[in-house]
Amino acid sequence: MRTAVSRLELLQPRSVREALRMLRDEGPLVPLAGCTDVYVGLNFGTLSAKRFIDLWPLDEMRAIRSTGGVLSIGALATYTELIRSPLVARRLPILAAAAREIGGVQIQNRGTLGGNVANGSPAGDSLPVLAVAEAMLVLSSAAETRRVPFNSFFSGYRKSVLRLDEIIAAIEVPRVDGRQWFRKVGTRAAQAISKVVLAGIRSDRPRIALGSVAPTVIRLPKTEGALASGAPIEEARRVLEGEIRPIDDLRSTAEYRRRVSANLLERFWRDTAG
Amino acid sequence: MGATEKSRAVGRNVPRKEGLDKVTGAAKYVDDLTFPGMLHGRTIRSTIAAGEIENIHLGFARKGFTIADCRDVPGRNVVALIELDQPCLAERRVRHFAEPILLLAHEDRERLLEAESLVAIDYREETPIYDPEKSDHCFKEIRIEKGDLARGFAEADVVVEGEYRVGLQEQLYIEPNGVIAVPENGGITVYGSLQCPYYVHRALRVLLGLSDDKVRVVQTETGGGFGGKEEYPSMIAGHAAILAWKSRRPVKLVYDRVEDMVATTKRHPGVIRHSTGVTRDGTLTAIKIDVLLDGGAYMTLSPVVLSRGVIHATGPYRCDHVRIQGRVVATNTPPNGAFRGFGAPQTQFAAEVHMERIAETLGIDSVRLREKNAFRPGDTTSTGQKLGRDTSALRVLREAVSRSDFRAKRRAYRGTNRGIGLALFFHGSGFTGGGEVKLASKASLELTETGARILVASTEIGQGTRTMHAQIVADTLGIPYDAVEVAAADTARVPDSGPTVASRTCMVVGKILERCAQEMRRELGGRSAQDYLAERGSLVVTKEYSGPDGLYWDDETYRGDAYGAFGWGCDVIEVERDPETWQIRPTRVTAVCEIGKAIHPVLARGQIEGGTAQAVGYALLEEVAMRDGRMANAQLTNYLVPTTLDTPEIDVTILENPYEHGPFGAKGVGEMPIDGPAPAIVNAIRSLGVDVRSIPATPERILEAPSLSASR
Repeated sequence: MRTAVSRLELLQPRSVREALRMLRDEGPLVPLAGCTDVYVGLNFGTLSAKRFIDLWPLDEMRAIRSTGGVLSIGALATYTELIRSPLVARRLPILAAAAREIGGVQIQNRGTLGGNVANGSPAGDSLPVLAVAEAMLVLSSAAETRRVPFNSFFSGYRKSVLRLDEIIAAIEVPRVDGRQWFRKVGTRAAQAISKVVLAGIRSDRPRIALGSVAPTVIRLPKTEGALASGAPIEEARRVLEGEIRPIDDLRSTAEYRRRVSANLLERFWRDTAG
Repeated sequence: MGATEKSRAVGRNVPRKEGLDKVTGAAKYVDDLTFPGMLHGRTIRSTIAAGEIENIHLGFARKGFTIADCRDVPGRNVVALIELDQPCLAERRVRHFAEPILLLAHEDRERLLEAESLVAIDYREETPIYDPEKSDHCFKEIRIEKGDLARGFAEADVVVEGEYRVGLQEQLYIEPNGVIAVPENGGITVYGSLQCPYYVHRALRVLLGLSDDKVRVVQTETGGGFGGKEEYPSMIAGHAAILAWKSRRPVKLVYDRVEDMVATTKRHPGVIRHSTGVTRDGTLTAIKIDVLLDGGAYMTLSPVVLSRGVIHATGPYRCDHVRIQGRVVATNTPPNGAFRGFGAPQTQFAAEVHMERIAETLGIDSVRLREKNAFRPGDTTSTGQKLGRDTSALRVLREAVSRSDFRAKRRAYRGTNRGIGLALFFHGSGFTGGGEVKLASKASLELTETGARILVASTEIGQGTRTMHAQIVADTLGIPYDAVEVAAADTARVPDSGPTVASRTCMVVGKILERCAQEMRRELGGRSAQDYLAERGSLVVTKEYSGPDGLYWDDETYRGDAYGAFGWGCDVIEVERDPETWQIRPTRVTAVCEIGKAIHPVLARGQIEGGTAQAVGYALLEEVAMRDGRMANAQLTNYLVPTTLDTPEIDVTILENPYEHGPFGAKGVGEMPIDGPAPAIVNAIRSLGVDVRSIPATPERILEAPSLSASR
């Protein structure tokens, strides 16, 4: 059943400082920006939160810049901004590739990278990219700013180490060496939630991350190890199939996800060879 | 008015009557309308699939709310359709999830949502039945017998058997169901998004116990229907009317997408079993078909869906010995109902995949097999209907095969990830059997100072009703297209032209209008409209349906002329398989349709393209995930229909083989295009060596499907 919007509360800070103060003093509040996930929950009546804080106007959290070899992406950068950014195109083209496959133009104009991370869906399309890029999340509260590796951020299905008084302020991507690869498998050609999504980096230290095959987006250390040690691809496929924990859900089956994940691994490895 | 003026509008792509209003946003849909003192309504629905209601607790302050349940129904608590089995509001028993129980109205929509969350209903639950094979209640059984089945099988060299399954499909009109009920003049007026004003009119008369003249139904501009606004508006109009009756105020009831998908009708899922006798050279000698459809909890239009389904179940093929047995049964799911194609897409999916399998079994070319058995003029269908000169099965087949270069591509694609498949199909125009005679539809034409005004209950739901009717009238009267107006479909103004369904609006209602225009022209006798009106005051010509002589139908034995005419179609669809993901992407459709006469070629093409896209979804994507009798994916985020990127290039060819009793030779076009693409796509997947026999053919199903043996 649809949520009654008039009973929801929305705080509208005018600066990041004010937002952090509100989170500290007037919480708990759910931060929102583009609202692209919030509205799906509102319409289906699955949104339990009643109090929200609107970060969308806080332009200080929107910039994409490069500082000292680190690509820093403000949490409010939209998918459209990622797609158009020359910096992203140069440094992490698979992030732009992922952004292009998220929703349609309207969603890309509103949805933000910080929101994709905070929403914490195991199917979030940008998340495997951040996992293989070994991004750092800049988490801000009124008390402090701390940096948490993306790969230690999620603690379970839609659970993370983000505290109630914190927001994701920025995503920092270190220099990425090697060939990058990304592939999303959805139910249809556009505007579909992933059944499987894989990001990979081919280097001396191969890195692979998968979405929609476990409670969170996951890196595959054993599979990466097998590839790094020069194991044949058939061997790496077997390791991968043992390393993921896909389930049957509305979108697909565990068996399909397992088989497709192994196929994508092989395709990644062949496409990035030589 | 000489012969040179003949056909000035018909066959040309004149501007749509309501086109400008739609593109400029001036067109008013039901949710754009408001009335003084209007309340908003909300429906409280069951959260179980089967059981009895024990208690209802309203956990909110009632001030400002109008609350209604089954006891507030002034007349009979039923949605009057074929059978009076469906309550408008549940009494004690609940037979499906989302069954309406209670109605709320309030000035503020938001307060309704809060109140709804505070309603608690206690049930005594019963064990629901979801599997139609286990149903203990049959809504309708139909048996078609032709020739001697045992003899047919005795003549066969080979018997090919198969079971085929089709799933539910959501109509997904862009505008959800919605109405406004206004109490006025001691009666009720309902404005709404709907296909059949007189269906709603009758349902309201029964529900409210009112006389004809106290009920008025007005269609508002409607954003699509596809059958989903054929019978369901009688339910939602009833709810709004009950609330309006009780509150004495106008009540608007407009569903959001979730409610529309959870609660309203869908295409019947089914299991179809074939057993076919065939000689070595590919002549069909015996056809035995068993059709089982899941009707859901109430009858709605299920018997008629089954009827069209079984009549089309052989596909467009001749055979002397046929037995078709069909059943539509009850389960504890929301009722299924009308959806473009109305049973024929289900049964022709099975027929055309089975035809491909017969060719595979015999090791002969499937085009040859179809050519050998396709209906010719003079052949008889399973009901014994003798087909007329406008029988174009072979013509559409040959045209589609040559236009698509089918044979060369099939050879070239062998052993690759590309596939190509074909389906031949037909679709009866108008109501089945004696339906049109029973309906006795009427249409009127009124002379105006500047031309003529059409008065019909046929609704414009995006398909071009107003435009196409005006074209027929303009050319018959010999006046410009712009001189023809179309009155709103308002039961206070227009006669009952029957429902806007069954591919009948052009062929049947258009023909009645053509007769009205012919009589008006005779009556005018060359005088101008102004002169005539000055002299006589007014001129309204009303005509009633009059079928072609010699049409015969026996509803007891299911023998006779099932339809006045059939449209004929052939689709060739090329696909690509992704080797990593088993995804099937249709890359090109060659659609050839013979529809008698395209009154408006662009609109006719639009029907073919739209129906094809909708069928691509049916074939590959659209899966209603039923969990414990409820649709679990009732959102556009997880019930996925094809986007533009999922829709292949569609090469449409319209052939015209005029039907002598249709206006300007026209037959139906609305439904037929959805019959062919699903089997053509599955046959294309079969050409890739995958034995798929059910839809949607999702990658998960393809992964699990057996391979076709290498021996073929």
